Amino acid sequence: MTAVSIQAVSQVFNPGHTGEVTALSDVDLTVAPGEFVSLIGPSGCGKSTLLRLIADLITPTSGTVEVNGKPAGKARLDQEYGIAFQQAGLFEWRTVQRNVELPLELRGQSRAERRSRTAEMLELVGLADFARHYPAQLSGGMQQRVAIARALAVHPPLLLMDEPFGALDEMTRERLQTELLAICAKTGTSTIFVTHSISEAVFLSNRVVVMSPRPGRITATVDIDLPSPRDEAVRQSPAFFDAVTTVRKALRAAA
Amino acid sequence: MKPSAGGLRRVLPPLVLGIAALTAWELTVSLGRIAPFILPAPSAIGHELIAQRGNIWDAALASGLNALIGLLWGTAAAVLLAMVASRFRFLADLSLPLAAVLNALPIIALAPILNNMFESTSSLPRRLVAGIIVFFPVFINTLRGLREVNPVHRELMTSYAAGGWTFTRLVRLPGALPFVFTGLRQASSLAVIAAVVAEYFGGLQNGLGSRITSAAAFTAYPRAWAFVAGACLLGLVFYLATLLLERIAMPYRI
Ligand SMILES: Nc1ncnc2c1ncn2[C@@H]1O[C@H](COP(=O)(O)OP(=O)(O)O)[C@@H](O)[C@H]1O
Ligand SMILES: [Mg+2]
Repeated sequence: MTAVSIQAVSQVFNPGHTGEVTALSDVDLTVAPGEFVSLIGPSGCGKSTLLRLIADLITPTSGTVEVNGKPAGKARLDQEYGIAFQQAGLFEWRTVQRNVELPLELRGQSRAERRSRTAEMLELVGLADFARHYPAQLSGGMQQRVAIARALAVHPPLLLMDEPFGALDEMTRERLQTELLAICAKTGTSTIFVTHSISEAVFLSNRVVVMSPRPGRITATVDIDLPSPRDEAVRQSPAFFDAVTTVRKALRAAA
Repeated sequence: MKPSAGGLRRVLPPLVLGIAALTAWELTVSLGRIAPFILPAPSAIGHELIAQRGNIWDAALASGLNALIGLLWGTAAAVLLAMVASRFRFLADLSLPLAAVLNALPIIALAPILNNMFESTSSLPRRLVAGIIVFFPVFINTLRGLREVNPVHRELMTSYAAGGWTFTRLVRLPGALPFVFTGLRQASSLAVIAAVVAEYFGGLQNGLGSRITSAAAFTAYPRAWAFVAGACLLGLVFYLATLLLERIAMPYRI
């Protein structure tokens, strides 16, 4: 079974109107269980649209999207995925603890279950001491970690992330990248990760999918063959720089 | 909050300005620049304030109760109707001009009419007037808050397959709370003004408004001003109570 299977998907916004945009044209993509796939490409090439299609936040104009062997709509209702965006999007009136608990609450889990799961998730992202804080009391990087903990709280088989580290400084970003990889390895989660940083895509991924705009489509797929666990040594290795160069060339060719 | 240098710096200027203004006022009146029956000296008003403190307290309780009841029902009606209006776009579009018309209704015009509709011993017309005045700012602000949902919150709730009442309860209502309080802050002082002014048009003689009119009718100007000062204090108490409630209701705002 595949984690995600996208077949011949096209997405046209405002069809027949003056604002008609072909955001995606004839996209095919398969993600294996446990695989980490990055989507990279210039602004407006349809990365977010593709992620929203997988999340069933929008329905494709044509083609099919399956998550864990189910149609995307069914998968969403079953909470088969967790999602995080560039903005942490925490509920500012809830404490860190209650933010992470929300998806569990909506699944009807008992209080005790929620408590223990949330403690586990906050431990994972290194924020166990901040459970009772409100989001406004946290830095941007900490808020983003809460958002990741929340996305992972239901132990979804699939994690969808749309430029989650985009607003963070380089140091925080690199630390969170390492943390994210460790979490995904530990939980066996498949991940689709949108970014426009080449080095971020290479460092994180098993596979980098290169997209180009007007109309949005996939122009290349680069397999990243780097040792795991990925650490600082990997970031400095010649193989890493080679992979960065390969992705950069693919991006150039697409433009 | 503990007093700090910053707090002192915030309190000191208005305090100094207030004392300077009172001194200037006192001097202007005592030097004969203004006749005491036009504007009594602050010392005369202060004297009456102390002499009449029992009466002022009783009158403030009566007017304050009317204002509070008006504030409560006006807020409840405004929040409930804003929730209904926010569910349907056309209702929201329709209700905004209607609420604006309601707001343009002068209480001066409304109070005597309502007074005549009820017995002269009834406090109801005053409570109605106060509630109607409260309705507009709370309704407008709450409606805006309910309609402005963070798009990330919306998408997250969709991803959790949560809609309808769950979405309203968990996202829209708490998200609208700061807006409700923006409306309430305006409404709390307005409720007091409305309750006091509504008494100018007859009816029960128990509140600050009726005491002001009767003192003025007896040309007891310092006493009238003492009751005016009581009305100011009552408005301030309502405003500060709203601020306190806001703090309690939204501890996450720092
Ligand atoms: N809801 C929408 N309505 C109309 N056009 C949209 C909508 N969402 C995205 N688009 C358009 O689709 C294209 C792809 O957008 P997006 O997926 O956000 O790109 P990316 O995330 O790669 O920057 C853009 O041209 C964008 O303007
Ligand atoms: Mg995007």
